[in-house]
Amino acid sequence: MAALGLAASGGNWFSALALGVTLLKCLLIPTYHSTDFEVHRNWLAITHSLPVSQWYYEETSEWTLDYPPFFAWFEYALSHVAKYFDQEMLNIHNLNYASAKTLLFQRFSVIFTDILFVYAVHECCKCIDGKKAGKELTEKPKFILSVLLLWNFGLLIVDHIHFQYNGFLMGLMLLSIARLFQKRHMEGALLFAVLLHFKHIYLYIAPAYGIYLLRSYCFTANKPDGSVRWNSFNFVRLISLGLIVFLVSALSLGPFLALNQLPQVFSRLFPFKRGLCHAYWAPNFWALYNALDKVLSVIGLKLKLLDPNKIPKASMTSGLVQQFQHTVLPSVTPLATLICTLIAILPSIFCLWFKPQGPKGFLRCLILCALSSFMFGWHVHEKAILLAILPMSLLSVGKAGDASIFLILTTTGHYSLFPLLFTAPELPIKILLMLLFTVYSISSLKTLFRKEKPLFNWMETFYLLGLGPLEVFCEFVFPFTSWKLKYSFLPLLLTSAYCAVGITYAWFKLYVSVLTDPPVSKTKKQ
Amino acid sequence: MEKWYLMTTVVLIGLTVRWTVSLNSYSGAGKPPMFGDYEAQRHWQEITFNLPIKQWYFNSTDNNLLYWGLDYPPLTAYHSLLCAYVAKVINPDWIALHTSRGYESQAHKLFMRATVLIADLLIYIPAVVLYCCCLKEMSTKKKVANALCILLYPGLILIDYGHFQYNSVSLGFALWGVLGVSCHWDLLGSLAFCLAINYKQMELYHSLPFFCFLLGKCFKKGLKGKGFVLLVKLACTVVASFVLCWLPFVTEKEQTLQVLRRLFPVDRGLFEDKVANIWCSLSVFLKIKNILPRHTQIKISFCFTFLSLLPACIKLILQPSPKGFRYTLVTCALSFFLFSFQVHEKSILLVSLPVCLVLNEIPFMSTWFLLVSTFSMLPLLLKDDLLMPTVVTVVAFFIACATSFSIFEKTSEEELQLKSFSVSVRKYLPCFTFLPRVIQRLFLMSAITMVLLTLMTVTLDPPQKFPDLFPVLVCFVSCLKFLFFLVYFNIIIMWDSKSGRNQKKTD
Repeated sequence: MAALGLAASGGNWFSALALGVTLLKCLLIPTYHSTDFEVHRNWLAITHSLPVSQWYYEETSEWTLDYPPFFAWFEYALSHVAKYFDQEMLNIHNLNYASAKTLLFQRFSVIFTDILFVYAVHECCKCIDGKKAGKELTEKPKFILSVLLLWNFGLLIVDHIHFQYNGFLMGLMLLSIARLFQKRHMEGALLFAVLLHFKHIYLYIAPAYGIYLLRSYCFTANKPDGSVRWNSFNFVRLISLGLIVFLVSALSLGPFLALNQLPQVFSRLFPFKRGLCHAYWAPNFWALYNALDKVLSVIGLKLKLLDPNKIPKASMTSGLVQQFQHTVLPSVTPLATLICTLIAILPSIFCLWFKPQGPKGFLRCLILCALSSFMFGWHVHEKAILLAILPMSLLSVGKAGDASIFLILTTTGHYSLFPLLFTAPELPIKILLMLLFTVYSISSLKTLFRKEKPLFNWMETFYLLGLGPLEVFCEFVFPFTSWKLKYSFLPLLLTSAYCAVGITYAWFKLYVSVLTDPPVSKTKKQ
Repeated sequence: MEKWYLMTTVVLIGLTVRWTVSLNSYSGAGKPPMFGDYEAQRHWQEITFNLPIKQWYFNSTDNNLLYWGLDYPPLTAYHSLLCAYVAKVINPDWIALHTSRGYESQAHKLFMRATVLIADLLIYIPAVVLYCCCLKEMSTKKKVANALCILLYPGLILIDYGHFQYNSVSLGFALWGVLGVSCHWDLLGSLAFCLAINYKQMELYHSLPFFCFLLGKCFKKGLKGKGFVLLVKLACTVVASFVLCWLPFVTEKEQTLQVLRRLFPVDRGLFEDKVANIWCSLSVFLKIKNILPRHTQIKISFCFTFLSLLPACIKLILQPSPKGFRYTLVTCALSFFLFSFQVHEKSILLVSLPVCLVLNEIPFMSTWFLLVSTFSMLPLLLKDDLLMPTVVTVVAFFIACATSFSIFEKTSEEELQLKSFSVSVRKYLPCFTFLPRVIQRLFLMSAITMVLLTLMTVTLDPPQKFPDLFPVLVCFVSCLKFLFFLVYFNIIIMWDSKSGRNQKKTD
């Protein structure tokens, strides 16, 4: 303890921040945990008690293993620590087992693996150019950035209340971004390849990595006008990149290829049988689309344009993942979402190829990839917004325009996570933590950019302030009204539609800023 | 204040920590037939809501005083009544007469915890924020850091949100009192302090410094002129606020006497459970409780208390200053805690509050004291199953203090406020320069013993012959440290003005 204090007392604000948030995570141990807790317990049991050949076939529990092999190995490693806590949690047939020791172990495993995230944040802070550094510690970009990342509201509630292992995965991503900033491209590529085999959701941002490494690493020089100099292609670099990706993939998928199980693994990883939207609509384009459909169908019924008997009874109130059938607008197929996503990603990729701006440009493209796939993807989870929010934090401390987009994206994105926690004891926690993060992020970035034009115009201010009344209505007024039984889906619909507007706006604004940004002068880039 | 947002974040952190601690267990959870303080508070809501006011403090078929009878002053009872009205709206079962005894449910726990948080948010937290904003000669950042440390003090959080009590109300009122009196709002200050006393009679530990400070102020202004007017005004305020609080009880003599008997239960004995005070520690060697008759015990404890706080109080009357006032609050409360009759382990919070107020002046010693004070309640906290939140909040508090004040670099004589004391000792003992080093060593030893004792209590089973071995050890060790702190704070008070005079001379 004294050692901790000594570490903290030497003006070492970073370790104090990291330790502080770690302690907060420990305090969150007794809070509510979702079914994801059981999911991960089940995976511990599967990987511990079954041979590798059965990992992707086991289906005693409905929560089958649907993450890539590295994550399964990660659970396997954890299970060897878990057995010293409570042997019973490693029994496959012990469904919904949650003894006090199991809880403690699982919670601590998340807290402990977050060390990687803390390290990644530390590395990211080094990549920020601190030329605007003020005298006061609390006004330094590095300080602000580390608070924004370490104390990120979304990560706290998704990992340490709801229960998931996003912390160390995001850590891997941030670390690989930091490595690219530090010109350690090989390392960055390796880290990203590993990350992909931990959780395949990161495929969404793979285009940014691929194009950036090809354009700015394999091609070593540009023409004076910034376009690519074809003869500067470095073949060795491409081969070594390919080798890295191949080796990592072989390590991960090789065993299953040998067992002839690849089709089974892939069918588990990409379950297209699920619906367009999760039970609670993630605030993206499809949420607006669904909401419009709903409104049109209600209007249609009122005006007697629709036949009530033909309307499918699809309620969005139950927690089960189910198909939502559109009544007025055409239904959406997985292929359509895939095409929409690709079309949305393409401009940013083009921009990365034709207007390379170094690692910063790469970061922008990465965020756009994450956001675009969030906007148009199939069966998107609301948690996926973190994929855009965390890298965006890196940009926010650099430029006022980015800070403004970041704040809109973060505030709405975080608010859209509220339905994840619906139990009464967690209500104050989510509101307090959300306020904490929002007040801090807005005020500190405002202080950082106080010499430039205000971060928000009146419309944005109005929109963000609207989140307050929305929360009051959804959680404090609505449950006491008579609509509660008849329209129980209303709070969720309102939340996702309202947040979808903000996120779409942020996405659009970021896209515009990327496409219209003048290319950086060549001398500055090199 | 240009950094209002930092203060807001600090308050939000404080609130978050409070609420997360409150998710843990409370005293007497699922332990019939008596349960614990949680049930006591719920029972008071039941009593005050269902019985007429005249029967609150009397034993009757509906009000069994042996089962958590009301033994706090009227304001607590009114507060319970207010909570009961809210409870009635949510779920009348929670306060139904007789049938609600021992009622426990998740929803009810949530309600009770929320009442604590609201009371805290309305009374204690604003007082802390205002106090830190009023501090002079400090940068905004330091003020914010100071507020963070005070709000993170683990003792109060763990007792209020873990064990379950409403200490933040009485301590909050006392803090408003300190604020008022220090900022020359004497009448408002004394009103706030009267409210504190009427919420919890334990606030009497703080009453002497208030009295002496205000009396000293009157003397300073001249007892024949302005001072006399102030004295009369103060007396009127105090009497009026007491009468207001006691209005339903002062009309009949029997009522008043009964309330007083309930407030000061002399027959409960010299101390309760395991307290880190002199009497409990002495009982390891000498069972005073059993040897001496009760009235002798009372006399002895009174004499010791009185003697130990006398010097500081006299000094305060003669030289009233806000700084001296704060330190006298510490020593008086500490003397009461160590020597007086019928002390609870939770009463250490009454000492911790004024120590929090001097945190920015002597960060090293205050942090040390606040850690020891939390440690002294370890047996109680372990009984309530609060090990995890205790460890986490203590470490958090320690890191907050260490980072905000860099306490380990502030151990010179000057910064320990021992300069003038050492100078006067050096007149007789020229080699007396080792004090800071000794204090550092003592801190290290104290930290090690605290960690070791905690580890032992948690992991080892006590020998069968001494089932209470670890709690007694914890109390004994804490008591020794408290005695050391009593001496230290008295030295600061006694040598304070000398340095002031010296400074004036050099000026």
